[in-house]
Amino acid sequence: MSKAVLELRNVNKSFGPIDVLHDISLKVRAGEVLCLLGDNGAGKSTLIKTLAGVHKPTSGQMLMDGEPVTFERPRDAADRGIATVHQFGGTFPLMSVGRSFFVGMEPTKGIGPFKVFDRDKANAVAVRAVQEFGITRITDGDRLIGGLSGGERQSLAIARALHFGARVLILDEPTAALGVKQASHVLRVVMEARKRGIAVIFITHQVTHAMAVGDHFAVLIRGALAAEFARGEKSREEITDLMAGGEALANLGADVEAYMASHAGHPPPPQH
Amino acid sequence: MSSDINPASSGISGALTGLFRRPEVGAFMGMVLVFAFFSYFGADRNFLTPFGTSSWVNAASTIGIIAIPIGFLMIAGELDISIGAVVPAAKMTMAIVCGFYGQSIFVGLLATFAIAGMIGWINGTIVVRTKVPSLIVTLATLFSVSGLTLFLSLMLTDTTSQALTSPDWAKALFGSYHFWGFQSSVFWWLGLSAVLYYVLHLSPWGNWIFALGGDKESARNAGIPIDRLKIGLFMLASMAAALSGVCETVLSNSATTTTNFALIFNTIIAVVVGGVLLTGGFGTVAGVFFGTATLAIVQQGIGYTPFDRNLSSLIIGVMLLIAVLMNDSFRIMATNWSSKKK
Ligand SMILES: Nc1ncnc2c1ncn2[C@@H]1O[C@H](COP(=O)(O)OP(=O)(O)OP(=O)(O)O)[C@@H](O)[C@H]1O
Ligand SMILES: [Mg+2]
Repeated sequence: MSKAVLELRNVNKSFGPIDVLHDISLKVRAGEVLCLLGDNGAGKSTLIKTLAGVHKPTSGQMLMDGEPVTFERPRDAADRGIATVHQFGGTFPLMSVGRSFFVGMEPTKGIGPFKVFDRDKANAVAVRAVQEFGITRITDGDRLIGGLSGGERQSLAIARALHFGARVLILDEPTAALGVKQASHVLRVVMEARKRGIAVIFITHQVTHAMAVGDHFAVLIRGALAAEFARGEKSREEITDLMAGGEALANLGADVEAYMASHAGHPPPPQH
Repeated sequence: MSSDINPASSGISGALTGLFRRPEVGAFMGMVLVFAFFSYFGADRNFLTPFGTSSWVNAASTIGIIAIPIGFLMIAGELDISIGAVVPAAKMTMAIVCGFYGQSIFVGLLATFAIAGMIGWINGTIVVRTKVPSLIVTLATLFSVSGLTLFLSLMLTDTTSQALTSPDWAKALFGSYHFWGFQSSVFWWLGLSAVLYYVLHLSPWGNWIFALGGDKESARNAGIPIDRLKIGLFMLASMAAALSGVCETVLSNSATTTTNFALIFNTIIAVVVGGVLLTGGFGTVAGVFFGTATLAIVQQGIGYTPFDRNLSSLIIGVMLLIAVLMNDSFRIMATNWSSKKK
C-alpha cells in the first residue's frame, strides 16, 4: 500500500460553540478513492473544506506526504495540488466560462505590473477541458455560466478541479445535479484520476456511486468517524445502514416498498 | 471599448445581437438619445457651444470620479453612501490644513487621503466583520463623518467654511479651467476611467471583483482574499470621493462642511443607468462612464432648453426606471446567450 498523500490526525473543528468535527483521523493515498459517507449535516462538507484550506482546524494536525501542513487560505491548498469541487459552488452566473474556470488562478500575459488577463488562453483551456469531459456543446469560452444547464456547470467545475488537482481531487456530491449519463461520466473520471495516481475524496449520498468507485470508505455520524472499511468488507445493505446514520434502512426499504405498492407508487411522507 | 463578453459572432446581425447584450451599449444609446434631445431643444441656447459642453462635462467629472469605484462596489455586491460625507470631510481637511494652518498642498493631500482611506477601511472592516448590510454601515459612517467634520471644523477654526489659496501647479493639476472651460477634474475623470477600466476588465483583480459579487462563498473557496478585496474597494471609493472633493476645493478656493446628499443619489443613478446590476456580479466601466455623462447632460442640459428646470428630475426618474428594467432583461438575456462561432 502506498504512502498517505494527505492525512488528518485528531482533527477537531467547531464554529463557536458548535462542534462539527470530533477527533477525525483519516488517510488518503495516491491512486485511491476515499468515499466519505454520512447523513445530511454529518460534517462531510466541513471536513473537506478543512482539507481545502477554507476552514482551519480548531485542533489537530494535517499532514501532506508525512509532513505537517497548515493552510491559511484555499490558495495554499491549491498550490499543493489539492483541488476541490464544493457542494453548491463554482458557479458565477454572470461570468464567462473562461473567466470562471480560472477564478483565483488567472492566467496573465504582459510585462511587469501591467499584467493582463489572458482571455484567449483562458477560453481555449476551459473549452478544451470541458470538451474532454464530454460536454461538446460548450464551444465558446465567452459564454456565460448562467446560460449553462446544471449538469454542464457541474461538469465545468469538475473539469476545472481536474485541471488544477495535480495530487488530490476532492468532489463534494459531484453527481447530485447530474443525469445518468453525466453521473456515470463523473464516475469514469474518478476512476481515470485514480489510475493516474491522484488521491480522490468522493462524497455522495448514492450507495451505487460509492460502491462503483470507492476503494476505502469512511462514515461520519454527527461529526465523528463512525466506521472505516475497505472495498468488499461490507455489504451494500450494511453501507446503506451506515449512510443513514446507523438506522436499519434495510428494513425501512421493505416498508417503503410495501407502502408504495399500496399507495399508487407514492413514497411515504418523511418522518421526523 | 470592448468588454469581457466580447461577441465573437460572425456577420452584421450576429455582431448586432452581441452588441445589444452588452450593458454599456444600452448606456451609450441612452446617452446618445438624451444628447440628441437636448441638442435639438438647446442648440439655439448654446448647449452645443464649448461653454455648454464644458458645463455638463464638468458636472459629470465630479460625479464620475466617484461613480466608477461605487460601481465596483456594486459589482462586488456592496454599496457606499458615506461618500456624501467624505467629500465635505476631504474638502474641509484640505482647506483647514492648507488654508487655516498654512501647510503645503502636499501635507494637505496626505492628510486628506489618509483620512479618506481610513474611513473606507472602517466601512470595509465593519462590513466584512459584522455582515451588517453595507447600506446601513455606510449610513452610520455618513452621519458620523458629517457630524465629526462639523464638530472638528468649529473646534479648530470656529467656522463651517474655510478659504484656501493654492499654488499655480496645484491649481493647474486639481482646479483650474482649461481649454473650452473644462475643469482639471475632467482629466482626472478620464484618467481614472482608463486605469479602472484596466483594473476591472483587463487585470486579474477584475475577475476577483466579478467573482466576489457573483458568489461570495465560491469566490472564497477559489482562494480569493474576499475580505481584503472588499475593504480595498471601500477604501478606493472613499479616496475617489476625496479626490473629487480636493478638485472642487482647489477650484473654488473654499470648502464648507455641508453634507452632499445629492451626490449619493447621483452616483447611484449613474451606476445603475450605466448598466451595473443592483444584485452584483455584472457591470462595466464604460457603462458607468456613459451613465454619468447621461445624468450630467440631463441635469445641466435642462437649463439650455425652454423647459422648466424641475423637469430634469422627472426625466432622471423615468430614465432610472427604464435602466433598471433594461438591466434586468440584459441579465436574463446575457445568461441565455450563446454565440455561434463559425
Ligand atoms: N460556517 C459554519 N458555521 C456554523 N455551523 C456550520 C458551519 N458550516 C457547517 N456548520 C454546521 O456543521 C454541520 C455539518 O455541516 P456540513 O455541511 O459539513 O454537513 P454535510 O455532511 O456536508 O451535509 P450534507 O450531506 O447535507 O451536505 C451542520 O450542522 C452545519 O449546520
Ligand atoms: Mg455537504
